[in-house]
Amino acid sequence: MNAWRALRDKWASLARDTRLQNERRHAERQARRFLFALFRAVIIFGISYVILGPLIGILANSFFSNEDKYSPIVYLIPQNPTLERYRLALLRMDYFRVLGRMLLYVTSLTVLQLAVCAMVGYGFARFNFPLKKILFACVIVMIVLPSHTIMYPLYNLFQNNPGGLFGWFNNGNLLGSPLPMFLMTALGTGLRSGLFIFIFNQFFRGLPKEIEEAALIDGAGSIRTFIQVMIPNATPAIVTVAIFSAVWQYNDSFYGRLFNISDNILLSRKLSTLQRTIANLDMIRDPSISTLYVYAGVVFMILPLLLMYIFLQKYFIEGVERSGIVG
Amino acid sequence: MKRNRMLTLPRKRALTGFLFVLPFTAGFLLFYVNSIVTTVRMSLSEVTVGVAEGVRGMSMQWNDFFNYIRAFSQHATFKQDLTSSLLNMLIDLPLIIFFSLFMALFLNQKFRGRTVARAIFFLPVILGAPAISEAINMARALMVGGISPASAEVMASLGAGTTIDVGYYLYMLGNLAVPPVLINYIIGAVARINNVITASGVQIVIFVAALQSIAPALYEVAKIEGATSYETFWKITFPMVSPLIVTNVVYTIVDSFAKSQIVTLSYDTIFTDYNYGLGAVFSLVSSVAVCLILLMVGWLLSRRTFYHI
Repeated sequence: MNAWRALRDKWASLARDTRLQNERRHAERQARRFLFALFRAVIIFGISYVILGPLIGILANSFFSNEDKYSPIVYLIPQNPTLERYRLALLRMDYFRVLGRMLLYVTSLTVLQLAVCAMVGYGFARFNFPLKKILFACVIVMIVLPSHTIMYPLYNLFQNNPGGLFGWFNNGNLLGSPLPMFLMTALGTGLRSGLFIFIFNQFFRGLPKEIEEAALIDGAGSIRTFIQVMIPNATPAIVTVAIFSAVWQYNDSFYGRLFNISDNILLSRKLSTLQRTIANLDMIRDPSISTLYVYAGVVFMILPLLLMYIFLQKYFIEGVERSGIVG
Repeated sequence: MKRNRMLTLPRKRALTGFLFVLPFTAGFLLFYVNSIVTTVRMSLSEVTVGVAEGVRGMSMQWNDFFNYIRAFSQHATFKQDLTSSLLNMLIDLPLIIFFSLFMALFLNQKFRGRTVARAIFFLPVILGAPAISEAINMARALMVGGISPASAEVMASLGAGTTIDVGYYLYMLGNLAVPPVLINYIIGAVARINNVITASGVQIVIFVAALQSIAPALYEVAKIEGATSYETFWKITFPMVSPLIVTNVVYTIVDSFAKSQIVTLSYDTIFTDYNYGLGAVFSLVSSVAVCLILLMVGWLLSRRTFYHI
């Protein structure tokens, strides 16, 4: 009887102990998880601040009135907020009209780039033809070679009637118009086209061949297969490339400056001359005041992209995932 | 139509394939091959651009490598700009890759506000326009200006050596035989945190995508077999994202080169000083240097890369 009681007590204490151990282990795990989450939160918060800090500064300063700018006690929250900066920036950037043209320009370039790069990427992914390897090496060269290596010859080419085809346009001088960008994009050599061709190539290679074979047996030609079967299946790649292409075209200043594309089309060029425009037309010569107008202009410039990104973010991450950049 | 029917299927496929890549072929020949040849020729000759008698264009006169001699032995800043551009690129490269991988690992975990965090980390890509980044740099100084009184106070107390003396700790690290190169690198890395963060937007997106494409089954197996999270990282996560490390390295090098001083220098030499030959030398020499670096880094990395096929 005693032995049984001893055994029972021992068993009870053991069970308690294991439960204790389990509890301790559980608590430890929870503490570790909490500490890690805290660490992660601190890092992500800190870096987000580094990224957002200047933006907050820009947004806050764009509402400053002159007194706020020179008041030593004002930091980020204006005492006499004003919309004057936005009014004048809107006027001097000719915002809505330029934005409309810019969106038209960027959208048409993006669509063109999508069509051409998808086509070329599909050609590389699914067909065998002589010189294929060399041509694909050319795509890699295009990704790697910095575009400034070829900038002057390009400038010269577009100034002097490329291929003798454009004599009808401004005596063959295409500079100053967006035509050079459209020409280069249409021929698959536009802004980072190499990268996009590469992405499409990887993506199409990853799609199963059976759907194409089915289409072929059903009597569709190669081109019809591409348009009606492959393109609808390539949505992730298309979304990825479309966002990257649109963002880079919108922000591009290299080609815009090289081809001297008019600032009635390019918002980025309009923005970079805003400070001088305001200094000359509105006699606001004080640099720390005219900077405030530039901040309002920056807000105007970022806004469309930000809206686009917020709407498309979900598709975007999913798209990059499935687009085959990942291999 | 009749002739087409005579072709065998592979021939027909080859022809169609060639049609698909035709725009690119034409573009590459017209814009790239043509331009590269012209740049090389320009770098080897005395270039004069005239608008004489309705003939716009340039004439080139062979001048015994004079442009190269001038670039390397006479030009005031070319060699410094070239070396500092390349060095900055090489210094930033590991920082950007490690930082973006690290942040991608964080952003890939489940926590509240993940969507917002991801959106914020992609912002630098959206804000890439030079006009915007100039404004942002100005605004950064402005934010620092607001905080600086407080931080100056803190720094003053630090500098007095009463509480924490940063210099003393650095000195101590030096005494512990931590090589000064490493200490300087770390100090430099902290100082460049802004550059690193703004340059790693695309890389983070690519790494996040790569991490999400890893089959969860691999992690399940590792967990059942009793692997720690450290082992899981080095045996599963790292090998699975390693192909993307190569992609990101190439992207980082190309991207940081496009923004470097040497590009500005060659642009200014051509379009401000109208010194076409010299500008061509600058772009050619720097491009060749970058391509060599790319080949070297690519070769080094591809031997250690794990390809899951």
